[in-house]
Amino acid sequence: MKWEIVVGLEVHAQLSTRSKIFSGAATAFGAAPNAQACAVDIALPGVLPVLNRGAVEKAVRFGLAVGASINRRSVFARKNYFYPDLPKGYQISQYELPVVAGGEVRVPLKEGEKTVRLVRAHLEEDAGKSLHEDFHGLSGIDLNRAGTPLLEIVSEPDLRGSQEPVAYAKTLHSLVRYLDICDGNMQEGSFRCDANVSVRPQGSDRLGTRCEIKNLNSFRFLEKAIEYEAARQIAIIEDGGTIRQETRLFDADRGETRSMRSKEEAHDYRYFPDPDLLPLEISEAWLEEVRRSLPELPEAKRARFVSAYGISPYDAAVLTSTRELAAYFEETVAVLPAEPKLCANWVMGEVSGHLNRDGLEIDQSPVSSVALAGLLRRIGDGTISGKIAKDVFEAMWTGAGDADAIIDAQGLRQISDSGELERIVDGIIAANPGQLADYRAGRDKLFAFFVGQVMKQTQGKANPAQVNDILRRKLAR
Amino acid sequence: MLNASLSELAALLDARKLSSVELTRFFLDRIEQLNPTFNAFVTVREETSLAQARAADQRRARGEALLLTGIPVAQKDIFCAKGWPTTCGSRMLSNFVSPYDAEIVRRFDAAGVVNLGKTNMDEFAMGSSNETSFFGPVRNPWSPAAVPGGSSGGSAAAVAARLAPAATGTDTGGSIRQPAALCGISGIKPTYGVVSRYGMIAFASSLDQAGPMAKSAADLALLLNVMAGFDARDSTSLERPPENYARDLVKPVAGLRIGLPKQYFAEGVSADVIRGIEEAIAAFRRLGCETVEVDLPNTQLSIPVYYVLAPAEASSNLARYDGVRYGHRAAQYTDLMDMYQKSRAEGFGAEVKRRILIGTYVLSHGYYDAYYLQAQKLRRLIAHDFAEAFKRCDVIMGPTSPTTAFDLGAKSGDPVQMYLSDIFTIAVNLAGLPGISIPAGFGDRGRPVGLQIIGNYFAEARMLNVAHQYQQATDWHLRVPAGLEVEPA
Repeated sequence: MKWEIVVGLEVHAQLSTRSKIFSGAATAFGAAPNAQACAVDIALPGVLPVLNRGAVEKAVRFGLAVGASINRRSVFARKNYFYPDLPKGYQISQYELPVVAGGEVRVPLKEGEKTVRLVRAHLEEDAGKSLHEDFHGLSGIDLNRAGTPLLEIVSEPDLRGSQEPVAYAKTLHSLVRYLDICDGNMQEGSFRCDANVSVRPQGSDRLGTRCEIKNLNSFRFLEKAIEYEAARQIAIIEDGGTIRQETRLFDADRGETRSMRSKEEAHDYRYFPDPDLLPLEISEAWLEEVRRSLPELPEAKRARFVSAYGISPYDAAVLTSTRELAAYFEETVAVLPAEPKLCANWVMGEVSGHLNRDGLEIDQSPVSSVALAGLLRRIGDGTISGKIAKDVFEAMWTGAGDADAIIDAQGLRQISDSGELERIVDGIIAANPGQLADYRAGRDKLFAFFVGQVMKQTQGKANPAQVNDILRRKLAR
Repeated sequence: MLNASLSELAALLDARKLSSVELTRFFLDRIEQLNPTFNAFVTVREETSLAQARAADQRRARGEALLLTGIPVAQKDIFCAKGWPTTCGSRMLSNFVSPYDAEIVRRFDAAGVVNLGKTNMDEFAMGSSNETSFFGPVRNPWSPAAVPGGSSGGSAAAVAARLAPAATGTDTGGSIRQPAALCGISGIKPTYGVVSRYGMIAFASSLDQAGPMAKSAADLALLLNVMAGFDARDSTSLERPPENYARDLVKPVAGLRIGLPKQYFAEGVSADVIRGIEEAIAAFRRLGCETVEVDLPNTQLSIPVYYVLAPAEASSNLARYDGVRYGHRAAQYTDLMDMYQKSRAEGFGAEVKRRILIGTYVLSHGYYDAYYLQAQKLRRLIAHDFAEAFKRCDVIMGPTSPTTAFDLGAKSGDPVQMYLSDIFTIAVNLAGLPGISIPAGFGDRGRPVGLQIIGNYFAEARMLNVAHQYQQATDWHLRVPAGLEVEPA
């Protein structure tokens, strides 16, 4: 039987506010344990939460960007459970009335675009961390993260297989960074997913029993966890078993999921409206203000790149994956408006390749967009070939100067003098009478041999188009 | 000095006829002498209080004194005060020393008021008799066999026994007004949101409100002037222009329309209380007030509604007492769950556990709609009843409590009987309205009767005016329990 994997994701995006969602403590990552936990965060007797409007604004930005409805009135609720790193014994979240309802995200896939519907996005506070090492049989509690604002973005089970969820998560990841609401740092836990996974026979329209896999903090783990989990479920069903609804954890070291708690063991969180916080009211004026401050979003940018620069939708998606990369590309094109495709190929090729190799972000690139344009201009005007340009780029990357300086210093200027090229071609033809005879007898492939000889003799500096012309003319005689 | 009003004490201080150190010393001595009898205070720190008194005297010498600078006020042990043990009447917090000040403590401090000590209370403010305190019951100064009421029983007894010129209290379902009534003093629960809840240990957040307890309405007004005001650290605090709550004290009350809810004079209210209240109403008529019968049809529902909502909020508010970060932790445990269970089993008393259980139950999956949601709907109905009543009157009056102070142990075995003693105070909290209790004579066995005055939202100044005018015409508020009226040598 063929199986279909059905996935819905809950993404937790840490909102990049300077202070926590309900206290004035800082949210910066990496401070000494409990150095950023104030009286409110450690839940001393008598303390009260005060909502950070900045977190609300970021949630609204997200809602507007995905075309969701923004609830003018939403309610914070308490989710009650005991855990040592949950200081109040409850998490302040949103339950029945979230700030963002509905919306959709268009995910670029190789085979086209897919629209994924969102259920909701709500504000909540993060918990602290339990540290089980270094305490000799005891546990340590670090409450620095307690109270950090999160936006939980819940999708419908619209995703199929393991690739679509990853593409969706990447799209969201790109979107939240565009919106400047989340730094997207997955190692630090700023962007993490829970995946609801079920399987069903291909063609069925009924959802299977799902399992929720918690806390996937990389795209690779997300993909692996879904693949493992789907295979596990399929094996059980094919064995005649049934799937138990449960919460599972992904063990990245073993590449497998394991049971955390079953539905029967699930907590009764006893949600109720938090009486310490008034309902959150969002005025029309505030909403308009946020709407006006929205940047151009990835989807719009993708469409514009396709129409304005004549590049493929896939290339446009790659180039708009971050706001910074898109800006780099557009700055390059601004210098070389006639060569958008050349610019696109180089930004996606050499530039991205070098960044990946060296573990750099685009805004750390040793070759600026303007410098890159300077190099590409020399390809366009025939000063150097594309192949030579790669060597020049390598030199630029290591700080050897701008393109022109390197071309001059290393004598890489292309030979475009037709008199000189003709002399060289004549010499090569004269030196290879056997190949000439074979070519003329019909072995067309030998044309490349002659081109290679010319390039070898000119150390690659011969203008390839001219060489082709001259050779074609002379070999034909 | 025992019966001096706050204005009179302030005048003595201002005239340098008395220093804050002398005044504070006077009450500290009196506490030392009498507190073993009443158990009204759980913490007294003489040196800290006297240091504050000295600072107040210096401030006065510099000409920077405010009205209440140098006057000692006792704080209910529900308010966090930096460096002070803050126990909330519970073993759970018996080892907790607050590292920060509640907003009202900060306000008193800024006004130069001396913290005279922390007063006893029902554990986590859950109780109507002060018998649930981990630190033992408080005795009613009018009769050592009687309870002082609760939960602010220590504050009420302290003022009644003249161990403090004034005190603070908190009121979730009557915890200021009922002990004030049972101890023959004055107390006001302001409109919800008028006094900041920051640093006041939460029982039921949507109902909790702090207020002053004192000998007279005039004193309450001066204390409320210090306590009230917007606080950005409490999201339920109301942003309103500051008020002078004493501004209308001396206004005549002729023409005032007093609403008398028929439900407040019905079966279940003891005859001596009815008699006292009717005499008080008669006194108001003599002052030119009119009375009109009003209907509060859902009065009976206020108890079940309250005993769903308050425990629901409490079950969540008290979850933080888990033995992890502060407070009581069991000495021995096998694992995390065992630590939670033992710490909480040992740290909380029976009444607190009962309410946590009720609250957990009513919020549970499958019961939430039937209990919590239903109670919220009825809560709106109860508030609506008051809104209708206030179309016909300016204030509502009736007994604060259906009986005078009952004997220790009389109701502690029967929670429902105990809960019923709050029938007239609870609805006021559910509606978020302000309420005052003032002494209105004595019932059987010489136990005080309290008159409750309920006002519309933000009508505190008017209510204090009404109470003050009554106290100008009567002297119940100046009565001191027998044996306690003698000024020490």
